[in-house]
Amino acid sequence: MGSIELQQVRKSFGSVNIIKGVDLQIKDGEFVVFVGPSGCGKSTLLRLIAGLEDVTGGKIVIDGKDATERGPAQRGLAMVFQSYALYPHMSVRNNIAFPLKMAKASKEVIDAKVARAAGTLNLTDYLDRRPGQLSGGQRQRVAIGRAIVREPSAFLFDEPLSNLDAALRVQMRLEIGELHKTLKTTMIYVTHDQVEAMTMADKIVVLDLGAIAQVGAPLDLYNRPDNLFVAKFIGSPTMNIVKGPSADKRGADCVGIRPEHTDISTTAGEWPGTVRIAEHLGSETFVYVDVDGIGPFTVRVDGEAPLHASDRVFLTPRESRLHRFNAAGARIAA
Amino acid sequence: MATRQTMTAGRILVAPSVILLFAFMLAPLVRTLYFSTLHYNLLDGSVPQFLGFQNYVDFLSDPNFIDSLVNTLILVLSVLVISVGGGIFVALLMDQQVVGLNILRLMVIAPFFVMPTVSALVWKNLLMNPESGFFLWITRSLHLPAPIWFTNWPMLSVIFIVSWEWLPFASLILLTSLQSLDLEQQEAAVLDGAGAIPYFFYIVLPHMARAITVVILIETIFLLGVFAEILVTTNGGPGDATTNITFLVYKQALLDFDVGGASAGGIVAVVIANIAAIFLMRIVGKNLEA
Amino acid sequence: MAIRKSLGRRIGVNLLAWAIGFVIFFPILWTIMTSFKSELDAFAFPPKFFSVHWTLENYKEVLSRSNYPLFAYNSIVESVGANIVGLLIAIPAAWSMAFAPTIVPERKETRMLYAAMLAAILIAAAILYLIGDARGDWRIYGPIVAIACIPVVFWIATRRTPDVLMWMLSTKMMPGVGVLVPIFLWFRDLHLLDTRFGVGFMLMLMNLPIIIWMLYTYFKEIPAGILEAARMDGASLLNEIVYVLTPMATPGIASTMLLAVILSWNEAFWTLNLTTHDAAPLTAFIASYSAPEGLFWAKLSAASTLAIAPILVLGWLSQKQLVRGLTFGAVK
Repeated sequence: MGSIELQQVRKSFGSVNIIKGVDLQIKDGEFVVFVGPSGCGKSTLLRLIAGLEDVTGGKIVIDGKDATERGPAQRGLAMVFQSYALYPHMSVRNNIAFPLKMAKASKEVIDAKVARAAGTLNLTDYLDRRPGQLSGGQRQRVAIGRAIVREPSAFLFDEPLSNLDAALRVQMRLEIGELHKTLKTTMIYVTHDQVEAMTMADKIVVLDLGAIAQVGAPLDLYNRPDNLFVAKFIGSPTMNIVKGPSADKRGADCVGIRPEHTDISTTAGEWPGTVRIAEHLGSETFVYVDVDGIGPFTVRVDGEAPLHASDRVFLTPRESRLHRFNAAGARIAA
Repeated sequence: MATRQTMTAGRILVAPSVILLFAFMLAPLVRTLYFSTLHYNLLDGSVPQFLGFQNYVDFLSDPNFIDSLVNTLILVLSVLVISVGGGIFVALLMDQQVVGLNILRLMVIAPFFVMPTVSALVWKNLLMNPESGFFLWITRSLHLPAPIWFTNWPMLSVIFIVSWEWLPFASLILLTSLQSLDLEQQEAAVLDGAGAIPYFFYIVLPHMARAITVVILIETIFLLGVFAEILVTTNGGPGDATTNITFLVYKQALLDFDVGGASAGGIVAVVIANIAAIFLMRIVGKNLEA
Repeated sequence: MAIRKSLGRRIGVNLLAWAIGFVIFFPILWTIMTSFKSELDAFAFPPKFFSVHWTLENYKEVLSRSNYPLFAYNSIVESVGANIVGLLIAIPAAWSMAFAPTIVPERKETRMLYAAMLAAILIAAAILYLIGDARGDWRIYGPIVAIACIPVVFWIATRRTPDVLMWMLSTKMMPGVGVLVPIFLWFRDLHLLDTRFGVGFMLMLMNLPIIIWMLYTYFKEIPAGILEAARMDGASLLNEIVYVLTPMATPGIASTMLLAVILSWNEAFWTLNLTTHDAAPLTAFIASYSAPEGLFWAKLSAASTLAIAPILVLGWLSQKQLVRGLTFGAVK
């Protein structure tokens, strides 16, 4: 069991409102990712769920029971911290066993569970080392092992991969994904990296300035962003936003078009412009264009495109992939 | 940031310390303040009587007070000059590339760990003894007049002892500060062609300014309370020649049992100490915010 | 790149530094040397340096004949015991200041209200207290001080943590004579004069602000996330402090303890004023030699050496932390 429900959760520090009334339902077994720019309140929201901070208002319901007033240890959740927060003075074995010792489990139970977690995470050979003697990826696994042995109703991850190098990050991303498939336990994962969010999540929660901007499956967010903020946040390179006559013509305050949904031609098209820079990556080409009367615009072309700086080009958006937004930044339905 | 639960636990856990310090450091101070307004002598067995400020008038107008205030100032200032001046010199010297610095540093810091009664007795008996002290041997060898230290120059003798105790403290802290001086700055100064003396005054001394201030303030607070060294060597004498305010209050309280007068003296001592303390707290407090 | 200096100058600097170091250390060296001489050699003039009959006689005598062991025992019990208790009180307090600090200041009106309440209750308590005092009935002081403590604690506990720390330090700045008389009378009435408990208690109080302060600076260096992890792992507050914080801060706690023991061992105001014999530590024992009684220098030296040797060793071990502790972190 591991369903979590937030009802009008608010948090303020002094007069600063960090979380402004969040409603959210997380089903048992879901992999939910909180994503947003730094300062959007995603980590605070996670800490509120964990019980490391008090809510200023609202309710947190875990498995159908109100957990708002319960301490972090009583909520049945486990957390993996950005800094791993391993106990430096304990061996890996004791780090993993610590939650069980706190729960006053018997020695046999502790040994069995630690052995099983170590096996799952490939840590068996490192059990007697100290965290200081481990690599970043191994430390990360110890932190996960410490979370697993508690058999929590949900795992909370607070930017767990941000201290790892790029290659290791991809590997750990896969490992966490596999772990979720094996354990089938609810996971809430906080990151500022939208690639992590898109690749791992069953459900993404995009946060902006302490409020939910949109909740949905990764491709829903990509294909049907509810508002300008989500449209610009999800997708890389970021979506092009066009105002002015082109938007008026389509009955919107502004229109958004992703770089990969724009056709580029040297002969004809809707928006004429000049190539500023073309990045040739082989598999794809990013073309940065100064569009006359509109400004900078990014286009992604599959494979190699024979374009160079100061070439004259014409851009045409694919109408079916065009997103229309009103003056308030909300999506205008087709 | 933490939860209400944690914050509450925090307030509860800090309470024992706050209560202890309040009940046994500040509450007695209030009582001292109260006693200072009474005629209250433990020897005559009379009922304490309210006097108002009379004890203060008596204490402050007592020629002994003026003497002891002067003695206190002489003691504090002399020791400050000797220990800070000497400390700067020793620190600069030790900051050069000295062979065996670790052992040398142990030797220099050692006197700070010697309990005050021991250092006072060692100086009085082994070094300054007028019949066979080590200093007598030095003065004789150099054909200088040999003083009877505690009779001829009682205050100077006490100053020597206390300076010896505090010079290591100043040296250690100033050396620590000096060692944090940026090497690049040194090299830049050399490249700029700064001589040793301008280098010292324009770069080293400003760098050490904060440490020097801290040393001065901390020493002042401790030096105002010098007690054991006087008790063991001169017992305040001859006459009142080495009685400082702390010792005067001690004499009134535990030798004359004049609770009222001693309390007034105690309050005066607190006021004097606070002047130094306020400045020290400012510096420490700034450090805390950073 | 170190700055090059001429060889001659370097030799000069080295010689001068070692000469000064030797002069500073000489009184201690001389005491140690004298302690191994016979009384006759110790008193000899001109002083004898090496042509001496070295002996352990003084140590044997100090250890067996006089009541040196009692004083040494008192010194150890009082300085170590006091600071163990001090640590037990200070660790939770420092935890609180480092990990659950009061940062947001109260609104000004609220603070004024607290201040007014505090003043009113304190004045009432002071009046009651003085009435009790005037009637010579000390039993009334305790409860009254306790009542007066409540608003004070309440007030102080809602202040910003740096202010509370500063307040604690400020008690350390108060000269002992400021509270000598009340403490002396209290101890007399409670029969604490010349007891190990009484002296230990005062030493604990004297060191408490420094201990809390030092622990606070060490605890601040421990990432709060690790304690939060322990909380998530189901550790109670006690477990968090015992199994996670304390072991992680062991080096800091050890150096705090060292400095505190050194300061208590050498404390010579309260130990001299509150003891006569039974609870007197080495400071008082040595002070009792101040009235000269003939030829006893070698024995005095032996006793002094014994009194300072353990603390010299501890002091040398802790000299790095000493700077930080003694300057309240203002010089590192």
